[in-house]
Amino acid sequence: MSPLRRRAEPYLWLLFGGGGVVSALTLPALVLILGVLVPAGVLSRPDLTALLSNAVVRLALVGLVMLALFHAAHRIRFTAEELLGVARWDRFIALTCYGLALTGTVVTASILF
Amino acid sequence: MILRVSRYRPGVDAEPVFQDYEVPDRDDWAILDALNHIKDTVDGTLSFRWSCRMGICGSCGMTVNGEPKLTCGTFLTDFTGPVTVEPLRGFAVIRDLVVDIDPFLANLSKVTPWLVREGEEPASEFAQTPEQLEAYKQYSMCINCMLCYSACPVYVLNPDFLGPAAIALAQRYNLDSRDMGDRFDVLSSEEGVWGCTFVGECTSACPKHVDPAEAIQRYKLTAALRSVLPFSRRRS
Amino acid sequence: MSYSPPRDRLWFLRRRAYLVFVLRELTSLFVAWSAVYLILLLDAFADGALPAFWDWAGTPWVLALNVVALAAVTFHAVTFLNLAPKATVIRLDGWRVPDFMIVGGNFSAWLAVSALILWVLW
Ligand code: SF4
Ligand code: FES
Repeated sequence: MSPLRRRAEPYLWLLFGGGGVVSALTLPALVLILGVLVPAGVLSRPDLTALLSNAVVRLALVGLVMLALFHAAHRIRFTAEELLGVARWDRFIALTCYGLALTGTVVTASILF
Repeated sequence: MILRVSRYRPGVDAEPVFQDYEVPDRDDWAILDALNHIKDTVDGTLSFRWSCRMGICGSCGMTVNGEPKLTCGTFLTDFTGPVTVEPLRGFAVIRDLVVDIDPFLANLSKVTPWLVREGEEPASEFAQTPEQLEAYKQYSMCINCMLCYSACPVYVLNPDFLGPAAIALAQRYNLDSRDMGDRFDVLSSEEGVWGCTFVGECTSACPKHVDPAEAIQRYKLTAALRSVLPFSRRRS
Repeated sequence: MSYSPPRDRLWFLRRRAYLVFVLRELTSLFVAWSAVYLILLLDAFADGALPAFWDWAGTPWVLALNVVALAAVTFHAVTFLNLAPKATVIRLDGWRVPDFMIVGGNFSAWLAVSALILWVLW
Protein backbone atom coordinates (compact mmCIF):
# COMPACT_ATOMS: atom_id res chain seq x y z
CA MET A 1 0.00 0.00 0.00
CA SER A 2 1.33 3.40 -0.90
CA PRO A 3 2.11 5.90 1.88
CA LEU A 4 -0.50 8.17 0.34
CA ARG A 5 -3.20 5.59 0.84
CA ARG A 6 -1.99 4.96 4.35
CA ARG A 7 -2.38 8.64 5.09
CA ALA A 8 -5.79 8.94 3.42
CA GLU A 9 -7.43 6.07 5.30
CA PRO A 10 -7.82 7.80 8.71
CA TYR A 11 -9.43 10.85 7.11
CA LEU A 12 -11.80 8.71 5.08
CA TRP A 13 -12.76 6.88 8.25
CA LEU A 14 -13.40 10.14 10.12
CA LEU A 15 -15.63 11.31 7.26
CA PHE A 16 -17.38 7.94 7.37
CA GLY A 17 -17.90 8.10 11.12
CA GLY A 18 -18.98 11.74 11.14
CA GLY A 19 -21.26 11.04 8.21
CA GLY A 20 -22.77 8.09 10.00
CA VAL A 21 -23.65 10.19 13.03
CA VAL A 22 -25.02 13.10 11.02
CA SER A 23 -27.03 10.81 8.72
CA ALA A 24 -28.42 8.94 11.69
CA LEU A 25 -29.50 12.11 13.44
CA THR A 26 -31.04 13.91 10.48
CA LEU A 27 -31.97 11.61 7.60
CA PRO A 28 -34.89 9.68 9.15
CA ALA A 29 -36.71 12.93 9.96
CA LEU A 30 -35.83 14.54 6.61
CA VAL A 31 -36.89 11.53 4.55
CA LEU A 32 -40.04 11.11 6.61
CA ILE A 33 -41.11 14.71 6.04
CA LEU A 34 -39.70 15.62 2.63
CA GLY A 35 -39.78 12.18 1.05
CA VAL A 36 -42.99 10.68 2.41
CA LEU A 37 -45.37 12.98 4.30
CA VAL A 38 -45.20 16.04 2.04
CA PRO A 39 -45.37 14.18 -1.31
CA ALA A 40 -48.18 12.01 0.05
CA GLY A 41 -50.10 15.16 0.92
CA VAL A 42 -50.20 14.52 4.66
CA LEU A 43 -48.23 17.68 5.37
CA SER A 44 -48.52 20.83 3.33
CA ARG A 45 -45.59 21.76 1.09
CA PRO A 46 -43.13 23.75 3.20
CA ASP A 47 -42.09 27.25 2.19
CA LEU A 48 -38.36 26.89 1.71
CA THR A 49 -37.60 30.43 0.55
CA ALA A 50 -37.17 31.97 3.97
CA LEU A 51 -35.29 28.96 5.25
CA LEU A 52 -32.82 28.78 2.37
CA SER A 53 -32.14 32.50 2.34
CA ASN A 54 -30.22 31.87 5.52
CA ALA A 55 -26.55 31.23 4.68
CA VAL A 56 -26.03 29.10 7.81
CA VAL A 57 -28.79 26.73 6.74
CA ARG A 58 -27.31 26.45 3.26
CA LEU A 59 -23.87 25.75 4.67
CA ALA A 60 -25.32 23.10 6.98
CA LEU A 61 -27.06 21.48 4.01
CA VAL A 62 -23.83 21.31 2.02
CA GLY A 63 -22.14 19.76 5.04
CA LEU A 64 -24.98 17.29 5.50
CA VAL A 65 -24.91 16.19 1.86
CA MET A 66 -21.13 15.87 1.90
CA LEU A 67 -21.00 13.79 5.08
CA ALA A 68 -23.88 11.54 4.05
CA LEU A 69 -22.32 10.92 0.63
CA PHE A 70 -18.86 10.18 2.04
CA HIS A 71 -20.38 7.88 4.63
CA ALA A 72 -22.21 5.97 1.91
CA ALA A 73 -19.18 5.95 -0.40
CA HIS A 74 -17.00 4.38 2.30
CA ARG A 75 -19.49 1.65 3.10
CA ILE A 76 -20.33 0.91 -0.50
CA ARG A 77 -16.63 0.60 -1.29
CA PHE A 78 -16.02 -2.03 1.39
CA THR A 79 -19.32 -3.84 0.97
CA ALA A 80 -18.80 -4.19 -2.76
CA GLU A 81 -15.34 -5.60 -2.16
CA GLU A 82 -16.57 -8.04 0.48
CA LEU A 83 -19.69 -9.20 -1.34
CA LEU A 84 -18.18 -9.50 -4.78
CA GLY A 85 -14.64 -10.41 -3.72
CA VAL A 86 -13.10 -7.64 -5.81
CA ALA A 87 -10.71 -6.20 -3.22
CA ARG A 88 -7.88 -6.30 -5.75
CA TRP A 89 -9.55 -3.39 -7.57
CA ASP A 90 -9.77 -1.37 -4.38
CA ARG A 91 -7.97 1.62 -5.86
CA PHE A 92 -10.43 1.92 -8.75
CA ILE A 93 -13.49 1.27 -6.57
CA ALA A 94 -12.32 3.77 -3.96
CA LEU A 95 -11.67 6.47 -6.56
CA THR A 96 -15.12 5.94 -8.08
CA CYS A 97 -16.97 5.99 -4.75
CA TYR A 98 -15.22 8.98 -3.19
CA GLY A 99 -15.14 10.74 -6.56
CA LEU A 100 -18.92 10.53 -6.85
CA ALA A 101 -19.30 11.74 -3.27
CA LEU A 102 -17.09 14.72 -4.01
CA THR A 103 -19.02 15.48 -7.19
CA GLY A 104 -22.32 15.47 -5.29
CA THR A 105 -20.86 17.83 -2.72
CA VAL A 106 -19.59 20.25 -5.36
CA VAL A 107 -22.94 20.16 -7.17
CA THR A 108 -24.79 20.95 -3.95
CA ALA A 109 -22.45 23.82 -3.15
CA SER A 110 -22.83 25.29 -6.64
CA ILE A 111 -26.63 25.08 -6.41
CA LEU A 112 -26.77 26.83 -3.06
CA PHE A 113 -24.04 29.46 -3.46
CA MET B 1 -26.05 -39.01 19.45
CA ILE B 2 -24.44 -38.83 16.02
CA LEU B 3 -21.26 -36.82 15.52
CA ARG B 4 -20.66 -35.88 11.86
CA VAL B 5 -16.93 -35.31 11.81
CA SER B 6 -15.04 -33.76 8.92
CA ARG B 7 -12.13 -36.01 7.87
CA TYR B 8 -9.24 -34.99 5.69
CA ARG B 9 -6.37 -37.40 5.14
CA PRO B 10 -3.70 -35.66 3.08
CA GLY B 11 -2.66 -37.75 0.10
CA VAL B 12 -5.81 -39.88 0.41
CA ASP B 13 -8.72 -37.41 0.31
CA ALA B 14 -8.84 -34.73 -2.37
CA GLU B 15 -11.05 -32.69 -0.07
CA PRO B 16 -12.62 -33.19 3.37
CA VAL B 17 -15.40 -35.78 3.72
CA PHE B 18 -17.83 -36.32 6.56
CA GLN B 19 -17.80 -39.44 8.66
CA ASP B 20 -20.57 -40.27 11.13
CA TYR B 21 -19.83 -41.70 14.57
CA GLU B 22 -22.35 -42.85 17.15
CA VAL B 23 -21.37 -41.59 20.60
CA PRO B 24 -23.05 -42.14 23.97
CA ASP B 25 -25.43 -39.29 24.74
CA ARG B 26 -23.91 -38.38 28.09
CA ASP B 27 -25.07 -35.12 29.56
CA ASP B 28 -21.71 -34.38 31.21
CA TRP B 29 -19.76 -34.70 27.97
CA ALA B 30 -18.37 -31.85 25.98
CA ILE B 31 -17.83 -32.28 22.23
CA LEU B 32 -14.17 -32.80 23.05
CA ASP B 33 -15.01 -35.74 25.33
CA ALA B 34 -17.02 -37.31 22.52
CA LEU B 35 -14.11 -36.84 20.12
CA ASN B 36 -11.75 -38.45 22.62
CA HIS B 37 -14.21 -41.30 23.03
CA ILE B 38 -14.09 -41.86 19.26
CA LYS B 39 -10.30 -41.67 19.22
CA ASP B 40 -9.89 -44.06 22.17
CA THR B 41 -12.49 -46.70 21.34
CA VAL B 42 -13.68 -46.38 17.71
CA ASP B 43 -11.15 -44.84 15.36
CA GLY B 44 -7.62 -44.08 16.52
CA THR B 45 -6.78 -42.25 13.31
CA LEU B 46 -8.99 -39.25 14.04
CA SER B 47 -6.77 -36.18 14.59
CA PHE B 48 -7.54 -33.04 16.56
CA ARG B 49 -5.79 -30.69 18.99
CA TRP B 50 -6.57 -30.28 22.65
CA SER B 51 -4.78 -29.95 25.94
CA CYS B 52 -6.30 -28.35 29.02
CA ARG B 53 -9.99 -29.37 28.72
CA MET B 54 -10.89 -26.24 30.66
CA GLY B 55 -10.94 -23.31 28.26
CA ILE B 56 -7.43 -22.09 29.00
CA CYS B 57 -5.04 -23.42 26.38
CA GLY B 58 -7.03 -22.32 23.36
CA SER B 59 -6.12 -25.32 21.22
CA CYS B 60 -9.47 -27.12 20.84
CA GLY B 61 -11.29 -24.59 18.65
CA MET B 62 -13.43 -26.15 15.90
CA THR B 63 -16.51 -25.35 13.89
CA VAL B 64 -19.47 -26.96 15.67
CA ASN B 65 -22.75 -26.86 13.72
CA GLY B 66 -21.35 -23.95 11.77
CA GLU B 67 -20.22 -21.88 14.75
CA PRO B 68 -16.64 -21.43 15.95
CA LYS B 69 -16.47 -22.98 19.43
CA LEU B 70 -14.08 -24.31 22.03
CA THR B 71 -15.02 -27.98 21.94
CA CYS B 72 -14.07 -28.44 25.58
CA GLY B 73 -16.70 -25.87 26.56
CA THR B 74 -19.51 -26.92 24.21
CA PHE B 75 -21.68 -29.71 25.55
CA LEU B 76 -23.62 -32.50 23.87
CA THR B 77 -26.71 -31.41 25.79
CA ASP B 78 -26.68 -28.13 23.82
CA PHE B 79 -27.79 -30.08 20.74
CA THR B 80 -30.60 -32.40 19.81
CA GLY B 81 -29.91 -33.73 16.34
CA PRO B 82 -26.61 -34.82 14.81
CA VAL B 83 -23.72 -32.45 15.54
CA THR B 84 -21.32 -31.57 12.76
CA VAL B 85 -17.72 -30.96 13.76
CA GLU B 86 -15.44 -29.27 11.22
CA PRO B 87 -12.05 -27.61 11.42
CA LEU B 88 -11.93 -23.87 12.13
CA ARG B 89 -12.87 -21.88 9.02
CA GLY B 90 -10.38 -19.48 7.53
CA PHE B 91 -7.37 -21.73 8.01
CA ALA B 92 -5.84 -24.42 5.85
CA VAL B 93 -6.61 -27.96 7.03
CA ILE B 94 -3.57 -30.10 7.77
CA ARG B 95 -5.43 -33.23 8.78
CA ASP B 96 -9.00 -33.94 9.96
CA LEU B 97 -9.72 -31.20 12.51
CA VAL B 98 -6.18 -29.85 12.73
CA VAL B 99 -5.59 -26.48 11.03
CA ASP B 100 -2.42 -24.62 10.14
CA ILE B 101 -1.92 -21.89 12.75
CA ASP B 102 1.27 -20.44 11.24
CA PRO B 103 -0.47 -17.47 9.52
CA PHE B 104 -2.04 -16.51 12.84
CA LEU B 105 1.28 -16.73 14.69
CA ALA B 106 2.91 -14.62 11.98
CA ASN B 107 0.23 -11.94 12.40
CA LEU B 108 0.59 -12.02 16.18
CA SER B 109 4.33 -11.46 16.03
CA LYS B 110 3.84 -8.39 13.80
CA VAL B 111 2.31 -6.34 16.64
CA THR B 112 5.23 -6.84 19.08
CA PRO B 113 2.98 -8.43 21.70
CA TRP B 114 5.22 -7.81 24.67
CA LEU B 115 6.15 -4.90 26.92
CA VAL B 116 8.50 -2.55 25.11
CA ARG B 117 10.77 -0.49 27.34
CA GLU B 118 13.28 2.20 26.57
CA GLY B 119 16.07 3.56 28.70
CA GLU B 120 17.11 2.19 32.04
CA GLU B 121 15.45 -0.76 33.68
CA PRO B 122 13.38 0.31 36.68
CA ALA B 123 15.28 -0.33 39.88
CA SER B 124 12.27 -1.69 41.75
CA GLU B 125 9.06 -3.38 40.69
CA PHE B 126 6.74 -1.31 38.53
CA ALA B 127 3.61 -0.90 40.59
CA GLN B 128 0.26 -0.29 38.87
CA THR B 129 -2.89 1.13 40.34
CA PRO B 130 -6.11 -0.87 39.98
CA GLU B 131 -7.23 1.64 37.32
CA GLN B 132 -4.06 1.10 35.32
CA LEU B 133 -4.62 -2.63 35.47
CA GLU B 134 -8.27 -2.24 34.52
CA ALA B 135 -7.30 -0.28 31.39
CA TYR B 136 -5.92 -3.35 29.62
CA LYS B 137 -6.96 -6.36 31.71
CA GLN B 138 -9.87 -7.37 29.48
CA TYR B 139 -7.56 -7.63 26.48
CA SER B 140 -5.05 -9.73 28.39
CA MET B 141 -7.59 -12.52 28.81
CA CYS B 142 -7.03 -13.72 25.23
CA ILE B 143 -6.05 -17.39 24.97
CA ASN B 144 -5.13 -17.29 21.25
CA CYS B 145 -7.84 -19.74 20.32
CA MET B 146 -8.43 -18.10 16.90
CA LEU B 147 -12.23 -18.39 17.17
CA CYS B 148 -12.47 -14.68 16.40
CA TYR B 149 -10.48 -15.17 13.18
CA SER B 150 -12.74 -17.97 12.13
CA ALA B 151 -15.82 -15.82 12.77
CA CYS B 152 -14.44 -12.83 10.86
CA PRO B 153 -15.49 -12.66 7.19
CA VAL B 154 -12.87 -10.00 6.51
CA TYR B 155 -10.09 -12.33 7.67
CA VAL B 156 -11.50 -15.32 5.82
CA LEU B 157 -11.65 -13.28 2.60
CA ASN B 158 -8.29 -11.61 3.10
CA PRO B 159 -5.71 -13.52 5.17
CA ASP B 160 -3.39 -10.49 5.13
CA PHE B 161 -5.72 -8.77 7.61
CA LEU B 162 -3.99 -8.68 11.00
CA GLY B 163 -7.21 -9.85 12.56
CA PRO B 164 -9.11 -9.39 15.84
CA ALA B 165 -6.91 -11.10 18.42
CA ALA B 166 -3.65 -9.57 17.15
CA ILE B 167 -5.12 -6.07 17.31
CA ALA B 168 -6.71 -6.69 20.71
CA LEU B 169 -3.36 -7.93 21.95
CA ALA B 170 -1.63 -4.85 20.53
CA GLN B 171 -4.09 -2.78 22.55
CA ARG B 172 -3.37 -4.91 25.59
CA TYR B 173 0.18 -3.52 25.46
CA ASN B 174 -0.69 -0.05 24.14
CA LEU B 175 -2.92 0.55 27.15
CA ASP B 176 -0.43 -0.82 29.67
CA SER B 177 1.18 1.97 31.68
CA ARG B 178 4.51 0.11 31.63
CA ASP B 179 4.68 -0.10 27.86
CA MET B 180 6.61 2.45 25.81
CA GLY B 181 6.24 0.88 22.39
CA ASP B 182 4.53 2.42 19.40
CA ARG B 183 2.53 0.08 17.17
CA PHE B 184 1.03 2.83 15.02
CA ASP B 185 2.69 1.84 11.74
CA VAL B 186 1.49 -1.76 11.89
CA LEU B 187 -1.96 -1.00 13.23
CA SER B 188 -2.86 2.05 11.16
CA SER B 189 -2.69 0.28 7.83
CA GLU B 190 -5.02 -1.37 5.38
CA GLU B 191 -4.01 -4.75 6.83
CA GLY B 192 -4.47 -3.33 10.33
CA VAL B 193 -7.48 -1.57 11.78
CA TRP B 194 -8.58 0.05 8.50
CA GLY B 195 -9.31 -3.35 7.02
CA CYS B 196 -12.03 -3.93 9.63
CA THR B 197 -15.61 -3.15 8.64
CA PHE B 198 -17.03 -3.80 12.12
CA VAL B 199 -18.96 -6.98 11.51
CA GLY B 200 -18.67 -7.56 15.24
CA GLU B 201 -18.73 -11.35 15.05
CA CYS B 202 -15.26 -11.67 16.62
CA THR B 203 -16.72 -10.35 19.85
CA SER B 204 -19.68 -12.75 19.71
CA ALA B 205 -17.36 -15.69 19.08
CA CYS B 206 -14.79 -14.91 21.79
CA PRO B 207 -15.06 -17.34 24.72
CA LYS B 208 -13.08 -15.03 27.03
CA HIS B 209 -15.06 -11.78 26.53
CA VAL B 210 -12.05 -9.97 25.15
CA ASP B 211 -14.25 -7.86 22.85
CA PRO B 212 -11.74 -7.51 20.02
CA ALA B 213 -14.25 -5.48 17.96
CA GLU B 214 -14.13 -2.79 20.61
CA ALA B 215 -10.34 -2.88 20.67
CA ILE B 216 -10.27 -2.28 16.92
CA GLN B 217 -12.80 0.57 16.92
CA ARG B 218 -10.96 2.27 19.77
CA TYR B 219 -7.70 2.06 17.92
CA LYS B 220 -9.33 3.46 14.77
CA LEU B 221 -10.25 6.53 16.76
CA THR B 222 -6.77 6.74 18.28
CA ALA B 223 -5.08 6.33 14.91
CA ALA B 224 -7.40 8.83 13.23
CA LEU B 225 -6.78 11.46 15.90
CA ARG B 226 -3.05 10.89 15.74
CA SER B 227 -3.14 11.30 11.97
CA VAL B 228 -5.21 14.46 12.08
CA LEU B 229 -3.33 16.04 14.95
CA PRO B 230 0.28 15.49 13.93
CA PHE B 231 1.72 16.61 17.24
CA SER B 232 -0.61 14.53 19.31
CA ARG B 233 1.17 11.90 21.35
CA ARG B 234 -2.16 10.61 22.52
CA ARG B 235 -1.89 6.94 23.27
CA SER B 236 -4.64 4.45 24.10
CA MET C 1 0.30 -30.59 2.10
CA SER C 2 -2.88 -29.03 3.34
CA TYR C 3 -6.36 -28.28 2.11
CA SER C 4 -7.67 -24.74 1.68
CA PRO C 5 -11.35 -24.50 0.79
CA PRO C 6 -12.23 -22.32 -2.22
CA ARG C 7 -13.59 -18.84 -1.59
CA ASP C 8 -17.17 -19.03 -0.38
CA ARG C 9 -19.11 -16.66 -2.62
CA LEU C 10 -22.22 -16.88 -0.49
CA TRP C 11 -20.51 -16.37 2.87
CA PHE C 12 -23.05 -13.75 3.92
CA LEU C 13 -25.86 -16.32 3.78
CA ARG C 14 -24.09 -18.76 6.08
CA ARG C 15 -24.97 -17.08 9.35
CA ARG C 16 -27.79 -14.83 10.41
CA ALA C 17 -25.39 -12.31 11.91
CA TYR C 18 -23.58 -11.98 8.57
CA LEU C 19 -26.86 -11.28 6.79
CA VAL C 20 -27.78 -8.58 9.30
CA PHE C 21 -24.31 -7.10 8.84
CA VAL C 22 -24.69 -6.98 5.05
CA LEU C 23 -28.16 -5.44 5.34
CA ARG C 24 -26.75 -2.84 7.72
CA GLU C 25 -24.02 -1.97 5.23
CA LEU C 26 -26.45 -1.86 2.32
CA THR C 27 -28.50 0.81 4.07
CA SER C 28 -25.74 3.10 2.84
CA LEU C 29 -27.27 2.85 -0.64
CA PHE C 30 -30.35 4.57 0.73
CA VAL C 31 -28.28 7.08 2.68
CA ALA C 32 -26.78 8.00 -0.71
CA TRP C 33 -30.22 8.09 -2.31
CA SER C 34 -31.53 10.40 0.42
CA ALA C 35 -28.65 12.77 -0.22
CA VAL C 36 -29.34 12.70 -3.97
CA TYR C 37 -33.05 13.33 -3.32
CA LEU C 38 -32.09 16.36 -1.23
CA ILE C 39 -29.88 17.61 -4.05
CA LEU C 40 -32.76 17.23 -6.52
CA LEU C 41 -35.03 19.14 -4.16
CA LEU C 42 -32.53 21.96 -3.75
CA ASP C 43 -31.92 22.07 -7.48
CA ALA C 44 -35.65 22.34 -8.16
CA PHE C 45 -35.85 25.11 -5.57
CA ALA C 46 -33.02 27.04 -7.23
CA ASP C 47 -34.75 26.67 -10.62
CA GLY C 48 -38.09 27.73 -9.19
CA ALA C 49 -39.48 24.33 -10.20
CA LEU C 50 -40.62 23.17 -6.79
CA PRO C 51 -44.27 22.38 -7.73
CA ALA C 52 -43.09 20.06 -10.50
CA PHE C 53 -40.67 18.44 -8.04
CA TRP C 54 -43.39 17.76 -5.48
CA ASP C 55 -45.62 16.29 -8.20
CA TRP C 56 -42.78 13.99 -9.28
CA ALA C 57 -42.08 13.05 -5.65
CA GLY C 58 -45.75 12.11 -5.26
CA THR C 59 -45.74 9.57 -8.08
CA PRO C 60 -46.16 6.04 -6.73
CA TRP C 61 -42.66 4.83 -7.64
CA VAL C 62 -40.79 7.69 -6.05
CA LEU C 63 -43.05 7.59 -3.01
CA ALA C 64 -42.49 3.83 -2.66
CA LEU C 65 -38.74 4.30 -3.01
CA ASN C 66 -38.81 6.92 -0.29
CA VAL C 67 -40.81 4.67 2.03
CA VAL C 68 -38.14 1.98 1.61
CA ALA C 69 -35.46 4.64 2.08
CA LEU C 70 -37.15 5.75 5.30
CA ALA C 71 -37.03 2.21 6.66
CA ALA C 72 -33.39 1.86 5.60
CA VAL C 73 -32.15 5.14 7.07
CA THR C 74 -34.02 4.40 10.30
CA PHE C 75 -32.35 0.98 10.49
CA HIS C 76 -29.05 2.69 9.77
CA ALA C 77 -29.66 5.22 12.54
CA VAL C 78 -30.50 2.58 15.13
CA THR C 79 -27.52 0.36 14.30
CA PHE C 80 -25.08 3.24 13.98
CA LEU C 81 -26.04 4.95 17.22
CA ASN C 82 -25.93 1.60 19.01
CA LEU C 83 -22.42 0.82 17.83
CA ALA C 84 -20.93 4.28 18.25
CA PRO C 85 -19.94 3.80 21.94
CA LYS C 86 -17.56 1.01 20.92
CA ALA C 87 -15.07 3.52 19.59
CA THR C 88 -15.46 5.97 22.41
CA VAL C 89 -14.44 4.86 25.83
CA ILE C 90 -15.22 7.79 28.07
CA ARG C 91 -13.60 7.85 31.45
CA LEU C 92 -14.54 10.31 34.14
CA ASP C 93 -12.15 10.25 37.02
CA GLY C 94 -11.25 6.64 36.25
CA TRP C 95 -14.90 5.61 36.07
CA ARG C 96 -15.82 4.22 32.69
CA VAL C 97 -19.12 5.63 31.48
CA PRO C 98 -21.20 2.53 30.68
CA ASP C 99 -22.24 1.90 27.08
CA PHE C 100 -25.95 2.22 27.76
CA MET C 101 -25.53 5.81 28.92
CA ILE C 102 -23.65 6.77 25.76
CA VAL C 103 -26.28 5.02 23.66
CA GLY C 104 -29.00 6.75 25.66
CA GLY C 105 -27.32 10.07 24.98
CA ASN C 106 -27.16 9.26 21.29
CA PHE C 107 -30.83 8.45 21.09
CA SER C 108 -31.79 11.57 23.01
CA ALA C 109 -29.77 13.60 20.50
CA TRP C 110 -31.59 11.82 17.66
CA LEU C 111 -34.94 12.72 19.19
CA ALA C 112 -33.92 16.35 19.72
CA VAL C 113 -32.59 16.80 16.18
CA SER C 114 -35.67 15.15 14.67
CA ALA C 115 -37.95 17.44 16.69
CA LEU C 116 -35.96 20.45 15.52
CA ILE C 117 -36.28 19.42 11.87
CA LEU C 118 -39.99 18.84 12.26
CA TRP C 119 -40.42 22.23 13.89
CA VAL C 120 -38.44 24.01 11.15
CA LEU C 121 -40.22 22.34 8.25
CA TRP C 122 -43.76 22.38 9.54
S1 SF4 D 1 -9.70 -12.59 21.21
FE1 SF4 D 1 -11.05 -14.19 22.07
S2 SF4 D 1 -11.66 -15.43 20.28
FE2 SF4 D 1 -9.88 -14.23 19.65
S3 SF4 D 1 -8.11 -15.56 20.02
FE3 SF4 D 1 -8.38 -14.30 21.87
S4 SF4 D 1 -9.67 -15.52 23.24
FE4 SF4 D 1 -9.85 -16.45 21.20
S1 FES E 1 -8.74 -27.95 25.46
FE1 FES E 1 -7.78 -26.13 26.18
S2 FES E 1 -9.22 -24.61 25.61
FE2 FES E 1 -10.27 -26.44 25.08
